[in-house]
Amino acid sequence: MAEPVRTTLGDTGAYALELAGVGRRFGALAALSDVTMSVRAGERRAVLGSNGAGKTTLFNMITGDIALSAGSIRFFGEDITRFPTYERIRRGLRRTYQISQLFGRLSVRDSVFLACRGVSRRRFSFVRPRPDDATLEQAGRIMSAVRLEGRAEALVAELSHGEQRQLELALALAGAPRFILFDEPAAGLSPHERRELVGILTALPAHIGYIIIEHDLDIALRVAQRVTMMHNGRILKEGTPEEIESDPEVQEIYLGGGHG
Amino acid sequence: MSTLDPAAAAPARPWSIAGSPLTWAALALLLVYPFVASPFFIYQVGGYALVLGIIALSLMFLAGYGGMVSLSQMSAAGLAGYMVAILGSNSVGTGFDWPWWVVVPMAVLVGALFSTGTGLLAVRTAGIYTIMITLAIGMALFLLTQQNYAIFNGHSGFAGIAAPVVLGVDWHQPVPFYYLALFVAAACYAAVLYVARAPFGLALQAIRDNPRRMHALGFHVLAHRVAAYAFAGVIAGLGGVLLVWFNGRISPGTIGVDRMIDILVIAIVGGIRHPAGAFLGAIFFVILETFAIDIVGAERFNTMIGMLFLVVVVFSPDGLLGLWGKARRSLQRQELPNN
Repeated sequence: MAEPVRTTLGDTGAYALELAGVGRRFGALAALSDVTMSVRAGERRAVLGSNGAGKTTLFNMITGDIALSAGSIRFFGEDITRFPTYERIRRGLRRTYQISQLFGRLSVRDSVFLACRGVSRRRFSFVRPRPDDATLEQAGRIMSAVRLEGRAEALVAELSHGEQRQLELALALAGAPRFILFDEPAAGLSPHERRELVGILTALPAHIGYIIIEHDLDIALRVAQRVTMMHNGRILKEGTPEEIESDPEVQEIYLGGGHG
Repeated sequence: MSTLDPAAAAPARPWSIAGSPLTWAALALLLVYPFVASPFFIYQVGGYALVLGIIALSLMFLAGYGGMVSLSQMSAAGLAGYMVAILGSNSVGTGFDWPWWVVVPMAVLVGALFSTGTGLLAVRTAGIYTIMITLAIGMALFLLTQQNYAIFNGHSGFAGIAAPVVLGVDWHQPVPFYYLALFVAAACYAAVLYVARAPFGLALQAIRDNPRRMHALGFHVLAHRVAAYAFAGVIAGLGGVLLVWFNGRISPGTIGVDRMIDILVIAIVGGIRHPAGAFLGAIFFVILETFAIDIVGAERFNTMIGMLFLVVVVFSPDGLLGLWGKARRSLQRQELPNN
């Protein structure tokens, strides 16, 4: 991390995420070993790697879905290694899932509304919100941001795959996030939907940093300022998109040698 | 949520509070019922069905919105009933003789605390394991009441418990009791419908659909589930107070395993996806229980209710409400070409 990081705005030098020697073993299998990486506040980072490289495991450990076997995680300077998931979320961390994790029998509006309420003290409220409720308005803005405003009353189970992916994004954008983990947000999307996704990601407020796992290199290299390359549970390379794309070792492992 | 078809009602007007014409028609029917029915039908059928419906509603809230099938809601109700006997007056003479306006809140509170405690033990489990652990808790309370004489008076329990006379009305009489039960039932029904669309209820349904994602949205899933048990416990407690006033007595048999399963049967047969199902199932159950004796004899009642349970579950997993929904959709399909 010696070279300066290209951020568009709000680069105060503070780190959003600092992983130090993070490891995870499943029995004899080391899913992750000694992962050390730092992401600045507002930075957009892509994590690349073949299947089984440990990318999603890394996300699960950052959000607290899986406990660490070794190492520590700091979020905006605070050690969150032992925090339960909801405590990490309440500090501004969000994630999306590779396979949509949604609420099938709720409407789109209710889902986004809950996502906004999840980080407020009123998540236990027994009182229905009034039509001019601030959280409802916030939910409306987020639905517009992911172009779901026309489907607000639809049940989640009735949405198309592409719309469910948009809702995945909406749930991660709700409630003033500071840092988001996108797990293959383009999975299964049409070329048109992919263009929309890139538009949504590049239009995010500059203070929101993210890590994106993406197999579509065109998307990953376009929306990221830096790229981390993983292989067999370890970090292989880190650099700018141009450096990673032209690296012969990366091409050998990830792109099958003859890409581009 | 205003009509009887949950699937169709949910997305239509999500923030409305007013009831549908069908809800108001059902309420009107229930209000005039005592004017046309005999005292037996008012009390033994109408009043009893409302009381069982309230207890089943407590289970419906947990199972339908929370995905947690708790067999011990009958136990929470029964414990509240025991509190009415112990803190109030009974014919054994061991009651504290406290006035009803102290006894009732205390009884409901104890029922709610019992339900909350059940929740604390059960919320880490799912599916069949929730059923097993709540069955075990219910059995533990049953055995405690049967073997403890100091507090629960053992096998024989308590008798001589009557609804109080308030405002010059003897609430133990058929018509007053019916209206009291109807009032409490309507209040609980409205409360459940209201909370289902409030943030708490929405979050509970979302936890039912995907607890992992709710964690990742900042919700403390287990705390939310325990709170749902507490809310359901208040409803069960109210049902338990009415149940002991209805029967005039309470004993371990009131909270035995067969009674626990009765509540589950009522909720499932009626339809677990909407609060109306609890009351529909209770009416169905009470009518069968009352008249099966004349048709097949008392010993065959359980065989009959078991077979009907199978028929309903096989042909309509959403219970009687599901049948209603199916009928309405097929009617709408037939009407379409004429429009």
